[in-house]
Amino acid sequence: MARIELTDLAHSYKPEASVPADFALKPMTLTWRQGGAYALLGPSGCGKTTLLNIISGLLIPSHGRVAFDGRDVTHLSTERRNIAQVFQFPVVYDTMTVYENLAFPLRNRGMEGKAVDARVREIAGLLELTSSLGRKARGLTADAKQKISLGRGLVRPDVAAILFDEPLTVIDPALKWELRSKLKALHRQLDVTMIYVTHDQTEALTFADTVVVMHDGRVVQAGQPDELFERPAHTFVGYFIGSPGMNVVPATVEGNRAQVAGQTIDLPLSYDPPAGQRIEIGVRPEFATLAPAGEGLPVRVERIDDLGRARLARLRLGDHAFAAGVPDGLDGIGDHAGLILQPGHIHVYADGQRLSGRA
Amino acid sequence: MDRPYDNRAWLLVLPVLAIVAFSAVIPLMTVVNYSVQDTFGNNQFFWNGAGWFKELLDPSSDLGGRVLSSLGRNLAFSGIILAIEVPLGIAVALAMPREGWKVAATLVLMAMPLLVPWNVVGTIWQVFARGDIGLLGYAVNKLGIPYNYVSDPIAAWVTIVAMDVWHWTSLVALLCYAGLKSIPDAYYQAARIDGASRWAVFRFIQLPKMRRVLIIAVLLRFMDSFMIYTEPFVVTGGGPGNSTTFLSIELVKLALGQFDLGKAAAMSIAYNLVILAVCWVFYTVMTNLDVERPQAETGAAS
Amino acid sequence: MGLVLDKVRRDVGAVTHIHETSLRLEPGTMTVLLGATLAGKTSLMRLMAGLDRPSSGRVLATNGASETDVTGMAVRERSVAMVYQQFINYPNMTVFENIASPLRVKGLPKSEIAAKVAAMAAVMKLEPYLERMPLTLSGGQQQRTAMARALIKGADLVLLDEPLANLDYKLREELREELPRIVRGSNAAVVYATTEPQEALLLGDYTATLSQGRMTQFGRSAEVYRRPHDLITARIFSDPPLNLLPVAKRGGAILLPGGTSAPATGALAGLADGDYQLGFRAHHLALKPVSPASLSFEATVTVSEITGSESFIHVVCGQADWVALVQGVHELAPGSAVTVHVDPARVFVFEADGALAHAPAFLSAA
Repeated sequence: MARIELTDLAHSYKPEASVPADFALKPMTLTWRQGGAYALLGPSGCGKTTLLNIISGLLIPSHGRVAFDGRDVTHLSTERRNIAQVFQFPVVYDTMTVYENLAFPLRNRGMEGKAVDARVREIAGLLELTSSLGRKARGLTADAKQKISLGRGLVRPDVAAILFDEPLTVIDPALKWELRSKLKALHRQLDVTMIYVTHDQTEALTFADTVVVMHDGRVVQAGQPDELFERPAHTFVGYFIGSPGMNVVPATVEGNRAQVAGQTIDLPLSYDPPAGQRIEIGVRPEFATLAPAGEGLPVRVERIDDLGRARLARLRLGDHAFAAGVPDGLDGIGDHAGLILQPGHIHVYADGQRLSGRA
Repeated sequence: MDRPYDNRAWLLVLPVLAIVAFSAVIPLMTVVNYSVQDTFGNNQFFWNGAGWFKELLDPSSDLGGRVLSSLGRNLAFSGIILAIEVPLGIAVALAMPREGWKVAATLVLMAMPLLVPWNVVGTIWQVFARGDIGLLGYAVNKLGIPYNYVSDPIAAWVTIVAMDVWHWTSLVALLCYAGLKSIPDAYYQAARIDGASRWAVFRFIQLPKMRRVLIIAVLLRFMDSFMIYTEPFVVTGGGPGNSTTFLSIELVKLALGQFDLGKAAAMSIAYNLVILAVCWVFYTVMTNLDVERPQAETGAAS
Repeated sequence: MGLVLDKVRRDVGAVTHIHETSLRLEPGTMTVLLGATLAGKTSLMRLMAGLDRPSSGRVLATNGASETDVTGMAVRERSVAMVYQQFINYPNMTVFENIASPLRVKGLPKSEIAAKVAAMAAVMKLEPYLERMPLTLSGGQQQRTAMARALIKGADLVLLDEPLANLDYKLREELREELPRIVRGSNAAVVYATTEPQEALLLGDYTATLSQGRMTQFGRSAEVYRRPHDLITARIFSDPPLNLLPVAKRGGAILLPGGTSAPATGALAGLADGDYQLGFRAHHLALKPVSPASLSFEATVTVSEITGSESFIHVVCGQADWVALVQGVHELAPGSAVTVHVDPARVFVFEADGALAHAPAFLSAA
């Protein structure tokens, strides 16, 4: 169990890095509390796996330090860090039984036989693996194997943190639900710090208390799921979280009015956008609704997607693509319609960063 | 997978069938034919039925005794070289570099003995191990160890075993290396995280993942070593005495030395059957290992 | 050109990989094969492509009203393109050469190849990368290259086997939007295999649901989603998983597990006495009563998951595990008691053998 502190951490795979582009991970300082559930969310190549490997000790950072509970572990090897990691593809020891797989990390650390047995049975119970303890690991399905990988992490009582590297990639959707809620329940029962790397926003948001959104080697926002959803600090967060992402359109903003494609939108707050920067407004599709033509902003309807439990309108606001929800009961939608934005959910961005307005 | 049929494909196979018929089936039939006859030269043959085979299986007869003792030598030789080459090959594969320019350099170096023809290997070792002018023989004798492969059966065996190990260990090593390279990094990382010792990594990750290539290596080396002929023929000529007379050498002695074509034919059929039997055992073991593989990994249906 | 599978079946040894299946693929449409891993999606695609020969039944190519039997015809002689889950490109060729390769095989003149590749690159947004090598590109770009190569052939049948599965979530979302547009521009019959119900709704004009080598239903995607013929289909086509409740109808009452009962109203009133399974999707399970006739259940929260605008509340109700998808942020403590509600007008009713007895009325969004 540990609190994880990253201080001025940065990493470059090149030996003599100088310009920011050389860094896979740009300087960052973060503290992760003991027992938290964290997600590192970002697209491929954003540096999230690099960060994970630094924490697990598979990679020594070129700059900065990593501390567990105040103890500097930057140069400590993986074995000596008390870290567990679950990989993208299930890693099991084929020739061992499920029981031996789970006992393996304990026996390697010289734990006494009875204690091993008790611990293995306890973890197998939590993971619902008890019935297959005697089976060889090689014949199991992908999700059972992934449970074993997870179990090998959980079985060690002294583990400082469990790291997950996109663990549900090879799991079918229906089983994903099961494993994800299992993971969340385990986190609550075992009070262990968990760090979960993924590119899938649903996995990140549903799993974590705190989601750290990464982009281009940088942490762009760290916050609770609802915060990231309601108030994205960066247009990238708006785009990356939410399906579809936030509508972001260029605008000119003066005080509490925004001009978009020749239309005026009233803003709940007033802004003084800095000159010379790219000004945009952002609204999530969830806070934008389609209305009959004549109401709200005039838009052109491109198509309506039926998502089963809701409908989504693909629109053009001036030249800009825009997505909005279609309320139940609104039928007979023609080429032109209206768009209503919920005032409290319109954000203003300058060069991608969210501006805080004044009342 | 039965793909949609195209019968024209058979046309393309015909030349191969013809060649195989000429090169294998017809000679084989000749051998079968000889094996049931006796000859006193002059191209005169007499029907002998299963006589040669009976003699072959009877250790008290001359033929049976010779075959049995050389079969014993063959098995001993194959056993010894497998016992040396397999562990040594694994050890070499484990020690080989995994990346960088050294990989290419090592691979070339390892492939070198494999490129040397059998008879040349024999000649090289014949000279190399000589007590008077050979570097090895001279050095060993200088150390005060009596070593002369021409007169001492043990020295002769050591020489041909060393020769085979030198010649073929790289094949085992290269196969194992290919097996090792296919293990994803995540396995090693997981093992480090689980606190596994170097031995445990070998025992639970590397060895299981190498098992398939190891079976192939053992099979290849067994077949090859069981058929060994050229090297001992060149180095020791089957001697001293009969101490390195293997089945193949015995066979040639019978067929070409004594012109006992019937005996030789019967013996070569028996020889063939032994090799086939061992290969069948290996094949069965291999396919059974395949059955153990889970369905999900082979992706049978989806 | 379209394709018809007429009572096609495939056995391998004693195992039946595909049970008797008939379906019709129309040109210019996309058909989604929806099912879990190993449900038989790839096997069915291989039969369509001609990579495998059906053990019985016929494969017909249609052109307008005419039909040609192509069963057993080699895949080389058919007009088929296939894209796999893994990004498969020629690693030693540039993106341009990769896309151009099918045209080169056909022996088209250089100028025509250049024009066609340029047009396809524009559609696939690959213009900036034409001179790069595939392995230097991101996964999404590599897969777009593979798809461009498949589509540029102008094949009559395009088979996409989970092409987006190995891509980042956001890229998947973007390609999902582009795909229907690209497909509708061609005259090909497109088949798309996936494990995700959402993709079937977004992409598929038609959906075929598969389970254990059997096609359980085939029809317009929205129709299959809203009127699954049986419980298996409904479960395949629900994400989050379908919530289930075993009940018994006795006279005017619905007997619920745990010994309680509720009056049989609406569609439930018309059912014959007997045992049934009620099925309802996660977004129809609510934390507040949704209609006066709502059925209410006492349940215990196991986990609540927040996705930003919505929350998934996992509950245990008697023996059953349910998921409720509710708007807004609801952080309910695990172990806490909660009353969940479902509107009987929104439930599917299945017979004891799994056949659909009643589906909710077809609303604009349900």
